[in-house]
Amino acid sequence: MQALTTEQIRAVIARGKLRDNIFKAMGIFCLSLALIVIVALIADMVMKGSERFTLDFFLNFASRRATQAGILSAWVGSLLVMLVTALAAVPLGVAAGLYLEEYAKRNWLTNVIEINISNLAAVPSIVYGLLALGIFVYQFGFGQSILSAGLTLALLILPIIIVSTREAIRAIPAMIREGSMAVGATRWQTCRYHIVPYAMPGILTGVIIGLARAIGETAPIITIGALTFIAFLPPAPFMGEPAAGLFDWVFAPFTVMPIQIFNWTSRPDPAFEINAAAAGFVLMAMVLSMNAVAIWLRYKMRKNIKW
Amino acid sequence: MQIHDHPQLKAEARNLNFYYGEAKALKNINMPIYDKKVTALIGPSGCGKSTYLRSFNRMHDLYPGNRYEGEIRFFPDNTNLLSPDVDPIEVRMRVGMVFQKPNPFPKSIYENVAYGLRVRGENNRRVLDDKVEQALRGAAIWDEVKDRLQDLASNLSGGQQQRLCIARALATDPELLLFDEPTSALDPIATGAIEELVHELKKRVTILIVTHNMQQAARVSDYTAYMFLGEMIEFGKTDEIFIKPQDKRTEDYITGRMG
Repeated sequence: MQALTTEQIRAVIARGKLRDNIFKAMGIFCLSLALIVIVALIADMVMKGSERFTLDFFLNFASRRATQAGILSAWVGSLLVMLVTALAAVPLGVAAGLYLEEYAKRNWLTNVIEINISNLAAVPSIVYGLLALGIFVYQFGFGQSILSAGLTLALLILPIIIVSTREAIRAIPAMIREGSMAVGATRWQTCRYHIVPYAMPGILTGVIIGLARAIGETAPIITIGALTFIAFLPPAPFMGEPAAGLFDWVFAPFTVMPIQIFNWTSRPDPAFEINAAAAGFVLMAMVLSMNAVAIWLRYKMRKNIKW
Repeated sequence: MQIHDHPQLKAEARNLNFYYGEAKALKNINMPIYDKKVTALIGPSGCGKSTYLRSFNRMHDLYPGNRYEGEIRFFPDNTNLLSPDVDPIEVRMRVGMVFQKPNPFPKSIYENVAYGLRVRGENNRRVLDDKVEQALRGAAIWDEVKDRLQDLASNLSGGQQQRLCIARALATDPELLLFDEPTSALDPIATGAIEELVHELKKRVTILIVTHNMQQAARVSDYTAYMFLGEMIEFGKTDEIFIKPQDKRTEDYITGRMG
């Protein structure tokens, strides 16, 4: 083949660059489409709900009058349910992921478990609701409580946490594991001093993604019987007369943000639409701030982890 | 046979075979490791020298499907390191290892060195401080890091990281120290520092070192073994191997006609 002339080389490069630019433009277009949608959503909710953004809205219980109705029981309920969900799902999910990556022998049983975990992630959330209604609410007698809701959502996000734990563990180079084992560490010491701490940023990401999904879930929570109109808070520990126990609140009836929003949108009075939009924005803000905290924590933790 | 000419045995491979699943990677290896001497393993890539080295601290046990046959006897107590009755963790507590690529933990310099001691249940601050200093001195890196023991190990240069890894292995006073091509990721100056260190270390610990680099083997070792396709072709005093190899294949390799 004959060597190309300078002009020919430039023509080839120009053709290549044109394709570069076409793809770049397409990428920016797709990206901005997604961004525009989310910005529009938020802007819409803010504009519709703006007249409800008062302190009272956060401190009032549900009411029959739209202007006086607030989201106190809903946001408190959402936070408490998330607390139970995190406390149940994180230890279970991390332990399961750690076991599968570091301890389990590769055989047909672990393969079956693995396939099952990926399948669990695809089970519709309403099915978890039905399962929880049978098991937590009736069988275990937890009732229509924060505990039942928290455990239900914990089941729902368990696969997410397991998968992200495993991925985070797999990203740790083998030479770190070998370095630890080579000085005579047991598997547990290796996990405790190295694997878990180094996987933490990745695990945390999974936890937040899971919780962000859980906080917006409506179907399973309705199935297990969350209330839609509730004018009291769960008993705070050691408060009230007689004094509540430390964990009495887990058995309290509750509502959560998505249910409150759903309830308001289904009312005939259009004034409630304003409440729904405002609550929608608050829920969105909760999710976004959870993500922000996760990103910040991950950044802080990753700074010190270099191979 | 002039075995009585040689120093005391620290370890001895006897009819050692090793399998990665079905593939036989080591074929009937017999070889002595002499106490407080440096033994170099040389041979072309894929000849099994790293596989052989990693048998001494049962590193292969970390992965499924690996199988040993034969024995590695460890002296003075005549333990068979490969016996299924011997816990690999016990083996690794007696046999230290330094890897090809420096692999400090993403923790402080101090914690890297103290780790082996912590694993053994040592939590006394004074003892730890002491042993960490000794190990860092032993690895000839104390002067460079004594003012920043709490800094992250990843901030050190490659050569310093490798000496830190040596200190990590030294902190627990191993009887045998394995080096798996410890300088292949380092520049010539850092390599020189490590070689000097190996020379210094053999006063207190037996050393087995894998190297690609024949000049390195000639410089640092007392004994050399040439391996080829999973077999031990020739073993002897380093100067004899390099000056008058007995086997044609060894000669071809060290004169650069092969490998």
